[in-house]
Amino acid sequence: MRALVIARREMYAYLRSPLGSAIIAAALLVDGILFYFASLDTKRLSAQLLTQFFYDSSAATMVAGLLLSMRLVAEERQSGTMILLNTAPIRDRDIVVGKFVSSFGMLTLMNLLTAYMPLMVYIRGKVSVGHILVGYLGMILLGAAVTAIGLFASSLARSQVVAVIIGAGMVASMILLWVVARAVDPPFNTFFSGLALHHENYRPFMVGTLSFDRVAYYLMVTYFFLLSATKVLEARRWR
Amino acid sequence: MIEIQELYKYYGDRRAVGPLSTQIGQGEVVGLLGLNGAGKTTTLRVLACDLLPTSGNVRVAGIDVVERPDEVRAKVGYLPDRPPLYDDMTVHEYLSYAARLRNVPSGKVKQRVTHVEELTEIADKANQLIGSLSHGFKQRVGIAQAIVHGPELVVLDEPISGLDPVQIMEMRELVRGLRGAHTVVLSSHILTEISETCDRILVIKDGRIAWSGTETELSSTLKQGMHIALTLHAAGASAESTAQKARAALTGMTGVRDIEELEPAEAGEGIASLRVAVSSDVREEVGKSLIQAGLGILELSREKELESMFLELLEEGEDSAARKRRKRRHADDLGASEPPNAKKESV
Repeated sequence: MRALVIARREMYAYLRSPLGSAIIAAALLVDGILFYFASLDTKRLSAQLLTQFFYDSSAATMVAGLLLSMRLVAEERQSGTMILLNTAPIRDRDIVVGKFVSSFGMLTLMNLLTAYMPLMVYIRGKVSVGHILVGYLGMILLGAAVTAIGLFASSLARSQVVAVIIGAGMVASMILLWVVARAVDPPFNTFFSGLALHHENYRPFMVGTLSFDRVAYYLMVTYFFLLSATKVLEARRWR
Repeated sequence: MIEIQELYKYYGDRRAVGPLSTQIGQGEVVGLLGLNGAGKTTTLRVLACDLLPTSGNVRVAGIDVVERPDEVRAKVGYLPDRPPLYDDMTVHEYLSYAARLRNVPSGKVKQRVTHVEELTEIADKANQLIGSLSHGFKQRVGIAQAIVHGPELVVLDEPISGLDPVQIMEMRELVRGLRGAHTVVLSSHILTEISETCDRILVIKDGRIAWSGTETELSSTLKQGMHIALTLHAAGASAESTAQKARAALTGMTGVRDIEELEPAEAGEGIASLRVAVSSDVREEVGKSLIQAGLGILELSREKELESMFLELLEEGEDSAARKRRKRRHADDLGASEPPNAKKESV
C-alpha cells in the first residue's frame, strides 16, 4: 500500500516536471516518423508493416524506459530526499516497487499512445487483433525489463547522468548477447541467445506469436533487477 | 525511551562512532554537542534507523533498531541537517505525503497536517511551492514533516544551521514547544544553542561521549578554570602602583587563586591590566573590592566564554597543532552562526 503512495508521488513528479512529458513526446515523435516511412513501402503487407512498427517502437521504448527511470533513486539521493523514505516505516522493496510502478506506468502510457498507428493498419489492412495485442504485450514486457534495469542503475549512482550511462551499458550488453550467441558453439549459443534482451526473446511478439517462455523471461529479468535494486538500498544502510 | 549500549559504527575502516553508551528518558530534551566529525550525525541516523549499527545494541521505546527497524521508524521523526524537501510540491502536499508514508490513516491525514502547519506556524504558506520558501520556512517544513505522525521521539540534526538570528530564536521556541509531547534529541556544535533548549547535554568527541550532564553541571565544571580580565585606572598613579593596589585589594580574597599582570590594554597614565584566576564566579566581589580600594574599573569581564571552555573540555588528550586547527575551525563556525544572545558575560 505504501508503495502506491510512493508511486503516486513519482507520477506527480513526472507530470509536473517537463522531463516526463518531453521524453514521451520525443519517443512518440520518433515512433510516428518511423511508422510514416515504413508505411511508404506499398509492397509491404500490412502484417509486415505491423511487425516493423513493433520493431521500431521497441527501440523508442527502451530509450524512453532508461531516461524515465534514471532519476528514480539517483535524483532522491542527489537532492537529499532519499532520507525521507529511508526513515519512514517502509520496507526497501516497497520503495523499489513504488518507483518502478510509476516509471513503468508512464512508459506503458507512452506505449498506449502509439495505438493509433496499429489501429490504422487494422482498419486499412488485414491484421488480426491478436497480433496487435501480442505485440503490445511484448513491448510492455520489454519496457518493464528495461525500467527495472534503469532503476537498478539509478540505485547504484548518485548522478542521473551516471545512472543512465550504467543503465544503457547494461541494456546494450544484454541486447548484444545475440551477437555472442552467433560467435560461440552449441550449447552456449542457445544459452546466450536465450538471455538476449531483444533479438531472440522479443521477435516472437513482433510477429504476433505468444510464447509463455518469452513472457517468463521478461518477468524474470524484471524481478531480478528489482530485487537487485532492493538489495542495493538495503546494503547502503549497513555501509 | 532510548538505550544505547556499546554502539559502534564504521564507514569502511574508519570508526565514526563508538564505543557509545547512554540512556535517554521519556520526555527529555537532550542535546548532542560536538564538533564537526565528532559522530553526532551518525548517532542520530542510527537512532532514526537510516543507518544500521556495525555493532552494539540500540533500542528506541524498547524496540531494537536492527531487529524491527520499521516499528522504530514509525515512532521516530527525523530532521536531517538538510531538510528532505521536494521543491515541486506545495507545503500541504508534501506534509500529506510524509504523513501517508508514516502510517497516518487516510482519514486523519488532513487533520494531522493542519495541526502541524499551525504548530510550526507555516499555515499561511500551505499552498506555496516549497522551492519558493526561505531557508527558515524550509526548516520549519522539515520539522513539521518530522512530527506529522506524532512520533514519540523527534531527532533534529543541527536544526539552527544556516538560520539568521531571528529565525534561530523562532526555532528555539519551536523546539521548546515539542517538550512534553515528545522526547527530543538534537545536535549542534554550538554550546549556547544546546544550553538554551536542552535539559541535558551529551558532549561527543571522537565518536564517544566525553561528558554528560545538565547545563548547570557543565557550567560548574567549566567555571573551575575561569579567568577575569581587569583593566584598572588610578588617578595620578603609575601603572605599576595601580597594579600593586589591585593586588593588595584582591590577595587573600575567597575564590581568587592567582593574579597575573599583563601589558596594559589601553594607553594612558595609571592604567594597568590584570588577569585574575578564580575558582568560582566572583566578579561582583572583585568589583566591590577594587572600588573600595579607590581604583577605577575600565574593564571587568569573564575572560572566557562558555564556548571557549567547552573547547577546553574537548582538548583533553589532543596535541597543540590539532587544537589550534580545531579552534580556528570552530571560530569560523561561530562567526557564521553565533546566536544573538550568546553567553558572553561581562559587567
